[in-house]
Amino acid sequence: MTAAVRTVPGRTIVGRVLGRIGLYTGICLLTVFFALPLLWLALTPFSDNPSYRATLSGFSLENFRKLFNNPQTWPSLRNSIYLAGGSAILVIVLAALASYALSRVRVPGRDQLLYALLLLSSIVTGTAAMVPIYLMLYQLNLLDRQFGVVLVLTGGLLPAAVFMLKDFVDSIPRSYEESARVFGAKPGQILRHIVLPLIRPGMATVGVWALVQVWGNFLVPYVLLSNPDKQPAAVVMYTFYDAGGQPNFALISTFALVYSVPVVVLYLFVNRRYGFAFQGGIKG
Amino acid sequence: MTLTSKPADAEPTAVGGPGATDVERAQKRGPGRDPDVVGLGRGRASLFVAPALVLVGVFLVFPALWTLYLGLLDYSLTGASAQSPTFIGAQNYTDALSDPAFTKALYLTLLYVGFSAVIGQNILGFLLAWYFRTAPRAVRTTLNVLVLLAWILPGSVVAFLWQALLDRRDGILNTVLQTTGVAWTNDHPMAVIVIFNIWRGAAFSMLLYAAALNTVPTSHLEVARMAGARPWQQLRDVVLPTVRRHVLTNTLLITLWTFNDFTPFLLTGGGPNHESETLPVYIYSTAILHGDLGYGSAISLLLLLANLVIAVFYIRLLRGGDDGSLKAQQRAERKARRAERAVAT
Repeated sequence: MTAAVRTVPGRTIVGRVLGRIGLYTGICLLTVFFALPLLWLALTPFSDNPSYRATLSGFSLENFRKLFNNPQTWPSLRNSIYLAGGSAILVIVLAALASYALSRVRVPGRDQLLYALLLLSSIVTGTAAMVPIYLMLYQLNLLDRQFGVVLVLTGGLLPAAVFMLKDFVDSIPRSYEESARVFGAKPGQILRHIVLPLIRPGMATVGVWALVQVWGNFLVPYVLLSNPDKQPAAVVMYTFYDAGGQPNFALISTFALVYSVPVVVLYLFVNRRYGFAFQGGIKG
Repeated sequence: MTLTSKPADAEPTAVGGPGATDVERAQKRGPGRDPDVVGLGRGRASLFVAPALVLVGVFLVFPALWTLYLGLLDYSLTGASAQSPTFIGAQNYTDALSDPAFTKALYLTLLYVGFSAVIGQNILGFLLAWYFRTAPRAVRTTLNVLVLLAWILPGSVVAFLWQALLDRRDGILNTVLQTTGVAWTNDHPMAVIVIFNIWRGAAFSMLLYAAALNTVPTSHLEVARMAGARPWQQLRDVVLPTVRRHVLTNTLLITLWTFNDFTPFLLTGGGPNHESETLPVYIYSTAILHGDLGYGSAISLLLLLANLVIAVFYIRLLRGGDDGSLKAQQRAERKARRAERAVAT
């Protein structure tokens, strides 16, 4: 520690102590700032008198019973699974094909194309393209159909997915494919037996990423699906209000918890297995 | 990081594929190496790319172009113009630019993006990443989990959590601050959505900067410390120059995302009296709620243009600021690669 003492000649012990105190106060405030909104989600589902108040007045699982008896709970979660699963599978398959080809075969203008699409996707997926997408689905007779929502979401996620997956494929050495080729394997065989197992971790990560994106998406299904039977959990959560406009706390609190758990679990899974470096490249 | 800087790099170290044809092809295309070791060929490669391109084209590129066209029409979901939209040229655009509601929405969006993303998320994310390098393990884990939870929970859930937090009667914020009966979303709507978005998005910047700080060589920091640099001097003279590109990439991404963020709608509904109506919310209410599709498209396009201007601005910064040493380094790498190829053939 002699170096540390020598390098801060101007600072007295008092100054250092004050600095420490300031730092820890700041950290405490930050922790409170990030924890406070989450408190409600942790406590209210188990409260016997749920309201906006985030206290645990008495422990009860009554709210969960109400939730599971509600006719909308399971269909909406099933819709969410359908939308998220469908989009994720489409994204994985299409992105894997495209990114492999783009990584291994030199196509003119490839990088410019990727950048342009990536930029466009971060711009367009939001509200800006809502009107034409709405109209287009109307013309295609896909409005109020889940398949339409899956296609729209997939189109929005694909550029980022290809970008991430191509990065992953680029990092795989070509020697495996080369040696297979030397031993006379046909392209189809190499793809199936060599390439597919190699890029599977990347595909898993991109798939989970897509799943999480769609699972939490509110706007697209909200605008494109009008039939309550087809709406996913993100939208249905906003229908748990009584006639007077008061939220039904028993339903909302438990539903929020049940609906959040899969995302957190998936995130933990990916994070533990593959780390952030690849996973968190893009969100939005 | 996946996004930082990837112009055609990650070239194969082994040059030329097996089989003479590959080598020939590589030579014919000059500097373009041929990494196509499987032998897909351009034809099959195009087939692989085609489905993704079609979907992206139909559901991403086409809507963007259509926005341009729709903005030139007098087109509503209801009423006379629903049957036969008429071409009115640039009128929607001139209307929008002279519409005080639009200019206000634009102004609010800029405030929202500036304070919540460019300043808030950026700085908080960096400070967290910087602090985590030396923080005690327990503190780091706790704070890290909380920050990440704020980021990965679904938007609908998070919006409701904040409604509960800010509720006038029972909200926990009023309890903690001992302020009874303050209706936060009503009295300070912009402040609420700005702080909300900092809370929501700080994790991304934190993760990106944590990765970026890992690339700063510890030896440089040590040298600076030996030379007697204070922590903030180390930050300014050693760390910031190294992570400059990460800062720009991060700022570009969070700017674009925040610009198109629809979550404020879930929190304040754009109200009260349009005081937190950012552009995405404004587009939603004009086009979808009021059915004025032509006008809504025109505003969408203006939003797109604003995004494009921002993106180009950042990319300029990213390109323009490359210092000579980096360029020299790239030149040297390229030369080495060329030499390697020459030897191989």
